[in-house]
Amino acid sequence: MAVEAQVPYQEAIDVHHPHSWLARYWFSQDHKVIAIQYGITAIGVGLVALVLSGMMRLQLGFPDSFDFIDPEAYYQFITMHGMIMVIYLLTALLLGGFGNYLVPLMCGARDMVFPFVNMISYHVYFVSVLILLASYFVPGGPTGAGWTLYPPQAILTGTPGVDWGILTMLVSLAVFIVAFTMGGLNYVTTILQARTRGMSLMRMPLSIWGIFMATVLGLLAFPALFVSAVMMILDKTIGTSFFMPAISSLGEQLDYSGGSPLLFQHLFWFFGHPEVYIVALPAFGIVSDLISTHARKNIFGYRMMVWAIVAIGVLSFIVWAHHMYVSGMHPYFGFFFATTTLIIAVPTAIKVYNWTLTLLRANIHMTVPMLFSIAFVITFVVGGLTGLFLGNVIVDVPLSDTYFVVAHFHMVMGVSPILVIFGAIYHWYPKMTGKMLDDRIGQLHFWITFLGTYAIYYPMHYLGFVGVPRRYFANGEMAIIDESVILLNQGITIAALIVGVAQILFIWNLIYSYYRGRDSGPNPWKATTLEWQTPETPPRHGNWESRLPTVYRWAYDYSVPGAKDDFIPQSEPSAGEREGAPLA
Amino acid sequence: MAEATSTQRLQLVEDWAADVAVFRGVPWGKAMMWIFLLSDTFIFSCFLTSYMTVRMTSAEAWPNPSEVFALEAFGVPVPLLLIAIMTFILISSSGTMAMAVNMGYRRKRVGAALLMVVTALFGASFVGMQAFEWYKLIVEEGVRPWGNPMGAAQFGSCFFMITGFHGLHVSAGVVYLLIVAYRVWRGRYEEKGYDIVEITGLYWHFVDLVWVFIFAFFYLW
Repeated sequence: MAVEAQVPYQEAIDVHHPHSWLARYWFSQDHKVIAIQYGITAIGVGLVALVLSGMMRLQLGFPDSFDFIDPEAYYQFITMHGMIMVIYLLTALLLGGFGNYLVPLMCGARDMVFPFVNMISYHVYFVSVLILLASYFVPGGPTGAGWTLYPPQAILTGTPGVDWGILTMLVSLAVFIVAFTMGGLNYVTTILQARTRGMSLMRMPLSIWGIFMATVLGLLAFPALFVSAVMMILDKTIGTSFFMPAISSLGEQLDYSGGSPLLFQHLFWFFGHPEVYIVALPAFGIVSDLISTHARKNIFGYRMMVWAIVAIGVLSFIVWAHHMYVSGMHPYFGFFFATTTLIIAVPTAIKVYNWTLTLLRANIHMTVPMLFSIAFVITFVVGGLTGLFLGNVIVDVPLSDTYFVVAHFHMVMGVSPILVIFGAIYHWYPKMTGKMLDDRIGQLHFWITFLGTYAIYYPMHYLGFVGVPRRYFANGEMAIIDESVILLNQGITIAALIVGVAQILFIWNLIYSYYRGRDSGPNPWKATTLEWQTPETPPRHGNWESRLPTVYRWAYDYSVPGAKDDFIPQSEPSAGEREGAPLA
Repeated sequence: MAEATSTQRLQLVEDWAADVAVFRGVPWGKAMMWIFLLSDTFIFSCFLTSYMTVRMTSAEAWPNPSEVFALEAFGVPVPLLLIAIMTFILISSSGTMAMAVNMGYRRKRVGAALLMVVTALFGASFVGMQAFEWYKLIVEEGVRPWGNPMGAAQFGSCFFMITGFHGLHVSAGVVYLLIVAYRVWRGRYEEKGYDIVEITGLYWHFVDLVWVFIFAFFYLW
């Protein structure tokens, strides 16, 4: 067929079907296996970070009650918690996990374009996690420099882990970036060059748009982190002075001179701010699909949603110094970055309006993924509004380095993406395993997690307003630390422990349902996107039968008037298109 | 002329609106290499921007590159002599690389392989001269990453870090070229076609281009 000749890639991927356990589950080139490898590793290391946050809360809620938490350990908890959550959990799970799983399936490809590179990507990521965790076993323990790793303090005596911990952290980050680059190149190339017939960019599900843009951001932002890691390693090991000014430490003049600590902050945040959107954009995309599917209604303003994702991605590169208002940089910079920061609220607000307008008068099914999606929209609005406070220089200055900041970024880039991740796992678990997750455990897990996070982070806004500083091991006898602060801190700790322990429900649900769950069938949510139309569930390596599916419509044909069902799969031709070219 | 550009613009819109592939007829490997190079550009940009920043913040005077990098020829110090030769070699290697790509697409595989080996030899000699330059700076002039007798310590730090990172790129490129040349010579790409030569070439030209920037910012500024 002439049409077939245009798509030579259908046969291009050599699909292997290995038989030994090691070849199937460790050296697998199947994007779905790699996705699950990424997912399990990320969740595993994320649980470590969750335990660390529990330990921090114990100290903050009940200071002086726990002997094993000294100031050094506390700073190590902070640092490892932050870094693991942002990079090794959220980035890895959203892009390595969901990116890997969804991109070929939703685009209608057999696999990523370079499956071997994809496999290596996971292995390198695994090594980076091992190096990171190894910092608990080196002399002096992990670094306690805070997840931002600001020099000069990060590599000076007095900071925990200054001998080895900081090096394992930096090396682990560099290795992670290598892993991400190998994976990211695959995702972007697959989306750009290996979609199936009829799948134009403007017919892609928003999940893919979010993952695509986030990966592009990652490929362009991680270099800054890589460079700063290399330079800090050199400063630490061979005594260069990239980031180190002339400085005396413990009464002794050090050999450093002439470096620029501000340079590190610029490099770090040139990575760090796009990183926020590397985490947020896939969540935006995925939640759009969840809302549309479970509300049985097409997404409101699809094109606007796509352009908002693109606009946020572009703008995210010119807002980084809003993390540095109090760093001593020129005030005119602050003015510029405050302006760009507030402009980024426009596309973000468009997305929030479109989610709510999708829900308006929709046939909402209160499934667990839907609950998590609605919770996400609410939480994201809360976190976004506090962003307006912190984005303005004059309001930020008094709030800077207080618990208000902690509350803001946990709401907006901690809790929000995690809620989407939970929703997405409840949504796609049936496709990954062929079993439904248990609904009642899911509901319980949702309500404890959702309400619990509010019990944790809402009071932190108040703590910030009264001026409680963040990153303090103990608040001591400051005048602002009155009875209400102490009580709130205890309450937050109790809530945090409950939420932390409740995640056992989720893990239990994953394991239990795998063995005892109800069979899901190929398309339990009656969704339109291609991954639900695979011939087998879970799909085997290669995803499709001898022919790839052809796409005839966008991903959001729900409740179309006059249609047989309340959804029309993307691969379903309309009467006129059955024989003709898919793209009119 | 104006008409041609407007059709080109329409073509662009058409490509991005199409199904299957945005860049029609572009093999996956080539698309991936372009995207990788874009990412790598950001790495080098960060390195060079950092270099400029510390050059401005450092309190001490910056050493004069024309003196530091001068080479004694016939008893007279000639500024930038070695660098001029190195740059010339690297740019020549881009020329042989382009000829290799041409040979590949004309399916003259032995010629393509030979030209790639010549390119790799140019690259190896570049790395060798760089080693000589480092040797001269370290042993004869006493420049160290943490300090030097001529002025600001950041001069040595930036120089060794950036040229070292670029040198690693060139060395990796030499290995890459030799592997691909061997495979081309063995006829491994007879069926698949010789896009791989062009993809290797993209990387090689990129490394050359980066050198032009390093040359300009380090040696001429």
